[in-house]
Amino acid sequence: MSQHTTGLAIETAGLVKTFGDTRAVDGVDLAVPTGTVYGLLGPNGAGKTTTVKMLATLLRPDDGEAHVFGHDVVREADEVRARVSLTGQYASVDEDLTGAENLILLGRLLGQAKKAARERSAQLLEAFGLTDAAGKQVKHYSGGMRRRIDIAASILNTPDLLFLDEPTTGLDPRSRNQVWDIVRAVVAQGTTVLLTTQYLDEADQLASRIAVIDRGKVIAEGTKGELKASVGAGSVHLRLRDAGQRPEAAEVLRRALDAQVQLEPDPVALTARVGAAASDTAAEQAARALGELARTGITVDNFSLGQPSLDEVFLALTGHDTQDSAKQDTAEQGNRKSEAVA
Amino acid sequence: MSTVTSTETKDLAPVSAESLAALLIGGERPPRPSALSASLTFGWRAMLKIKHVPEQLFDVTAFPIMMVLMYTYLFGGALAGSPKEYIQFLLPGILVMSVVMITMYTGVSVNTDIEKGVFDRFRTLPIWRPSVMVGYLLGDALRYTIASVVMLTVGMILGYRADGGVAGVLAGIVLLVVFSFAFSWIWTMFGLLLRTEKSVMGVSMMVIFPLTFLSNVFVDPHTMPGWLQAFVNNSPITHVSSAVRGLMAGDWPAAEVAWSLGWAGLFILVFGPITMRLYNRK
Repeated sequence: MSQHTTGLAIETAGLVKTFGDTRAVDGVDLAVPTGTVYGLLGPNGAGKTTTVKMLATLLRPDDGEAHVFGHDVVREADEVRARVSLTGQYASVDEDLTGAENLILLGRLLGQAKKAARERSAQLLEAFGLTDAAGKQVKHYSGGMRRRIDIAASILNTPDLLFLDEPTTGLDPRSRNQVWDIVRAVVAQGTTVLLTTQYLDEADQLASRIAVIDRGKVIAEGTKGELKASVGAGSVHLRLRDAGQRPEAAEVLRRALDAQVQLEPDPVALTARVGAAASDTAAEQAARALGELARTGITVDNFSLGQPSLDEVFLALTGHDTQDSAKQDTAEQGNRKSEAVA
Repeated sequence: MSTVTSTETKDLAPVSAESLAALLIGGERPPRPSALSASLTFGWRAMLKIKHVPEQLFDVTAFPIMMVLMYTYLFGGALAGSPKEYIQFLLPGILVMSVVMITMYTGVSVNTDIEKGVFDRFRTLPIWRPSVMVGYLLGDALRYTIASVVMLTVGMILGYRADGGVAGVLAGIVLLVVFSFAFSWIWTMFGLLLRTEKSVMGVSMMVIFPLTFLSNVFVDPHTMPGWLQAFVNNSPITHVSSAVRGLMAGDWPAAEVAWSLGWAGLFILVFGPITMRLYNRK
């Protein structure tokens, strides 16, 4: 499809958008290679949606530049519009219309003839498992169905670049997995996807590169591996029987794992990040830590090893530590520098 | 590429990765639609909305009937001797008044509709930008036509006779619908400019009541004080109402028709660009 000389689907430099006194997007630089899923990871209000809206020509940047397949999003908005499509955070389809009507409407607006639009609509509904709901108004759809019709509407024209703004927020796990499958199928056909999400898990599942964004700024960027290395390979979550043993347990974990230990609001719970820099795997480290705790006579009621949560990623990247600037350099090295945060 | 697991929900069939892949390969992209085609497609959207939410036709059926009945019997005896004689004068005017009043709902629906996610999608389409608004107003033109037909029917039942015949009546309705289409751009502007539905409603009332009542819809302006006559005789509503009255009576009020169309053009020229400016900034 679109061959751009630099091979970049999106390229931004110093992108800024302010609303009143708030700098919603504050100098964002992105370089998204074509044919991949690029994750924009960040909490609510980080500026993800605002960034997407500027790239999709819905908002005009206050400063900086953005190019989509080499076309300026402001000066060549129509060129950009011809190549992208957007699935917004809230259903970007007309809820009063039926699923089929929505797809036909958009097909016609994309220039399809009546018959072609009708056929394409039927095929998409079929592929998305929505044939039975084709004649129902979208407002009567379930959350999962809405997402499907929304994404179906977005790929009507097989866009070169698809914006998915928090596509699985509010979905149950099964629907979420189905959305992920759809995204994989879309990318397999050569469409570039810019995905915003609050879940590290989701970015991990789908994206090949991830930018972590906070308060309008990109605070880390890299491949999944690089990013994970910066926050540790995983987190050990422990619940103790006795809250009184928690300080001792924290100390043991710190020694055994050489990791940051965080005391949770729950008085018997604590979380330790296990680093990827160590030679043994996260599971081995966790096993060692459990052994240490048992030897010290600390009773563990409940144990789990999971991926670092977004909270933890954030703590590691923005942390209340002093060396803010040093943080970004840790992307390659795993985190050893920081002491316990608790 | 993994396909979807076999644990499918009862109500929702699985996504078929194979057929999805086949669809995505899709061939040539069609050229972008023309301005007319995009506008008509949005007009179709408006029709579909009427089909799915027919209650919204209430304001173009019940309201106009009420207007005709109310004013015919309220003023008829006092102003013209009898309701039957008054309606001969009143009907074309009240037709204009009611339809112009109905146009203000455009602002309200633009205001509520624009906040919905689907507008984000419309705005990322490579189409002629005003087509969204034009489509809206095309749908509304249908509503205005329905209102006109309803009122004429009630009027005929009450004894109104159009000397202009079918042609005259048709010409009158077409002129009124064209004028209302143009006039509605004021409301699309307010719909985009104001933050809430309520404020749109409030502003609309402030504009529409003086504008429609201070006209020749109910009475001949000769008895009004001079300063008011100056306003009434130059009001677009007076021009349209005189034109429609003339057309339906079988005359050819060329000057009034010209004035009406002139005003219509002016409304589009002034409020169309303002609307689009606001729309692009939303």
